[in-house]
Amino acid sequence: MAVFDPVKVAFFVEVLVSGLLSGILYALVALGFVLIFKASGVFNFAQGAMVLVAGLALVRTLNWLEAHLPFWLALLLALSFAGALMTGIAWAVERFVLRKLVNQTALALFMATIGITFVLEGLGQQIFGAQVYKLDIGLPRDNIFALESLFDGGILLNTLDLWSALLAAAIVGALAFFFQWTRTGRALRAVADDHSAAQSVGIPLTRVWFIVWVVAGLVAIAAAAVWGSKVGVQFSLVYVALKALPVIIVGGLTSVPGAILGGLLIGAGEKLAEVYLGPSLGGGIEHWFAYVVALVVLLVRPQGLFGDRIIERI
Amino acid sequence: MAHRISRLSALLICAALASPSAVSAQENGQFIPVLSYRTGPFAPNGIPWADGIVDYLELLNQRDGGINGVKILYEECETGYATDRGVECYERLKGKGPTGAAFVNPLSTGITFALTEKAPVDKIPLVTAGFGRSESKDGSVFTWNFPLVGTYWTAADVAIQHIAKELGGTDKLSGRKIVLLYHDSPFGKEPIPVLEALAKKRGFQLTMIPVANPGVEQKSQWLQIRQIRPDYVVMWGWGVMNPTAIQEAANVNFPRDKMIGFWFAGAEPDVVPAGANAVGYKALMLQHGAGRAKVHDDLDKFVYGKGLGKSKPVDTGGVLFNRGMVGAMLAVEGIRTAMKKFGNKPMTGEQVRWGLENIDLDEAQLKSLGFEGMISPVKISCADHEGSNKSRLQQWDGKGWKIISDWYTADEAMLAPMLKDAAARYAKEKGITPRDCSKES
Repeated sequence: MAVFDPVKVAFFVEVLVSGLLSGILYALVALGFVLIFKASGVFNFAQGAMVLVAGLALVRTLNWLEAHLPFWLALLLALSFAGALMTGIAWAVERFVLRKLVNQTALALFMATIGITFVLEGLGQQIFGAQVYKLDIGLPRDNIFALESLFDGGILLNTLDLWSALLAAAIVGALAFFFQWTRTGRALRAVADDHSAAQSVGIPLTRVWFIVWVVAGLVAIAAAAVWGSKVGVQFSLVYVALKALPVIIVGGLTSVPGAILGGLLIGAGEKLAEVYLGPSLGGGIEHWFAYVVALVVLLVRPQGLFGDRIIERI
Repeated sequence: MAHRISRLSALLICAALASPSAVSAQENGQFIPVLSYRTGPFAPNGIPWADGIVDYLELLNQRDGGINGVKILYEECETGYATDRGVECYERLKGKGPTGAAFVNPLSTGITFALTEKAPVDKIPLVTAGFGRSESKDGSVFTWNFPLVGTYWTAADVAIQHIAKELGGTDKLSGRKIVLLYHDSPFGKEPIPVLEALAKKRGFQLTMIPVANPGVEQKSQWLQIRQIRPDYVVMWGWGVMNPTAIQEAANVNFPRDKMIGFWFAGAEPDVVPAGANAVGYKALMLQHGAGRAKVHDDLDKFVYGKGLGKSKPVDTGGVLFNRGMVGAMLAVEGIRTAMKKFGNKPMTGEQVRWGLENIDLDEAQLKSLGFEGMISPVKISCADHEGSNKSRLQQWDGKGWKIISDWYTADEAMLAPMLKDAAARYAKEKGITPRDCSKES
């Protein structure tokens, strides 16, 4: 009979909780993909590059303003600048790319976002620099040890991770409300279902696309703020987008709650796999294990756990 | 439409012609390709490294008129630290200049692995100061590879020597726990054979934990480390993996002064992003560290004073900038050595290879080159393409790196047979007949 080992249980809980917290951060990036796909049917490959550009704009402006202004004012202005830049990008994408591709195939739109990725990555580094920039937006970074009375040494939690998760949860809640309960949100969903039908009932397609790219840009700023606080703002932020891909496969490309659940499943799954399966498989498995989970879901439920089932009659 | 295309073509042709770094085949001089990465995930490390190389070459042109009067022609090519693009750069630049590329410094172990089989065919030496294949120290097999002034195996051995010293002697290693946290790539796996051999010899428990590229997510690795409670963590990372690891070490309360990064985890971009959490972190030095020597004064005067510098004057004493200068200086001294034998004219790759294999720089020569105190004397030979197997330790105090140890010398009694075996295996696999170094001159 197995003996209850509090040390092992505490470690398991620690790994599980850290995975769930990481998962929420993955979900934050995944949301950017979901938003644009939900509203325009475009799989936006450029989401990772948008996170990078948003982060670079935020950190470079903040670092410069901090020297001249009080921190809170500098942060506010830096966030505003990043927001303005992402709005400008949204306008440019809609005006010069998407508008030209109305009613083109999904593949053409997808390829266009690959082009946007490389333009954003290159221009972002050209304008703001390619170094590592330390970002401090005032989030606490202390460690806390929970359940110390239950487990020797307690369960380790980092407050930066906790605050990041809270921020992500708040954004998710706001977006869910926006899509479900606002007129613009419903218009976005209508456009996603059928461009032509939405246009025929008077929903302005170009305006909707602009709005959704702005919202995705704002989500990119939040993702960049959180990930930048953890690892510094640098090019590697684009790789965070790779973490979001299995999340949206699992959760479904069209579901905001799906992105959250997918994030939690992938985050917890990859961390537990790395710790408990990794040593027997040579380690370093979490990166691809997430895709194993995604593939399994894809085989069983191609639309993801929460995605809309699309049936096309021929 | 056709009008528009022809205008665009004209514009592109003009831009290409106006490019200051493009080297024409007719230009007379010594051509040196510079494979660099100024964009992409490893740019924060690649930029200062490349700046050091380019600024040193420019210094020689501005101060000395080149090498022994032969102007240096150089051209950068962006690899993005990607092996395929690195090979593409190599192919594009290897034939440039009147005698082709003098040597290639790939700035990447992955690209070095890919070029190791091409270099002998093209007769172009690979200069890999501090990186590349460790067994390529054996010049009898790796005729064209020059892992100058430090291999990964030297680094691994010195890291354990330093831990032993901190613990109070090699006998104190027995029963200790050491974790190797490594980048899951050929470069990250390089120290494993040496550390395994040392663990067996000294009786410490070695746990190896890989980190998937690029290393932005290391939660599970550091939770494992928290559970193992090791005495030391030796870190073999590059790029974003390093500051992330330091940050995560702080998150699990692992003492930073019990972390020892190897020399590509010991520069400013590795610690600055982690802020105060990096204070106390230690790293090996590829002989040199941060700081200035006489060569920096010359840079100020002849390069930055004329507005020709690639970096900012304040950054020219950084670890990676200095690494770029040291690597460039050693390769240039190979060319200079070759010129002593073949005359003051542009050297071919084959002649430069001979020059590199006959480098012999003592303290006085290093001083006259302006590198006094940065590296120890270097003597390359057919049998030893490393030339100097020494290293030191430095520690980050929140503002800068401080040297905290004297010179360590790698334990050749243990490493030499391992290197010989590894090189012999490579020779057998590739059908190479090793040179008889006693007959080389």
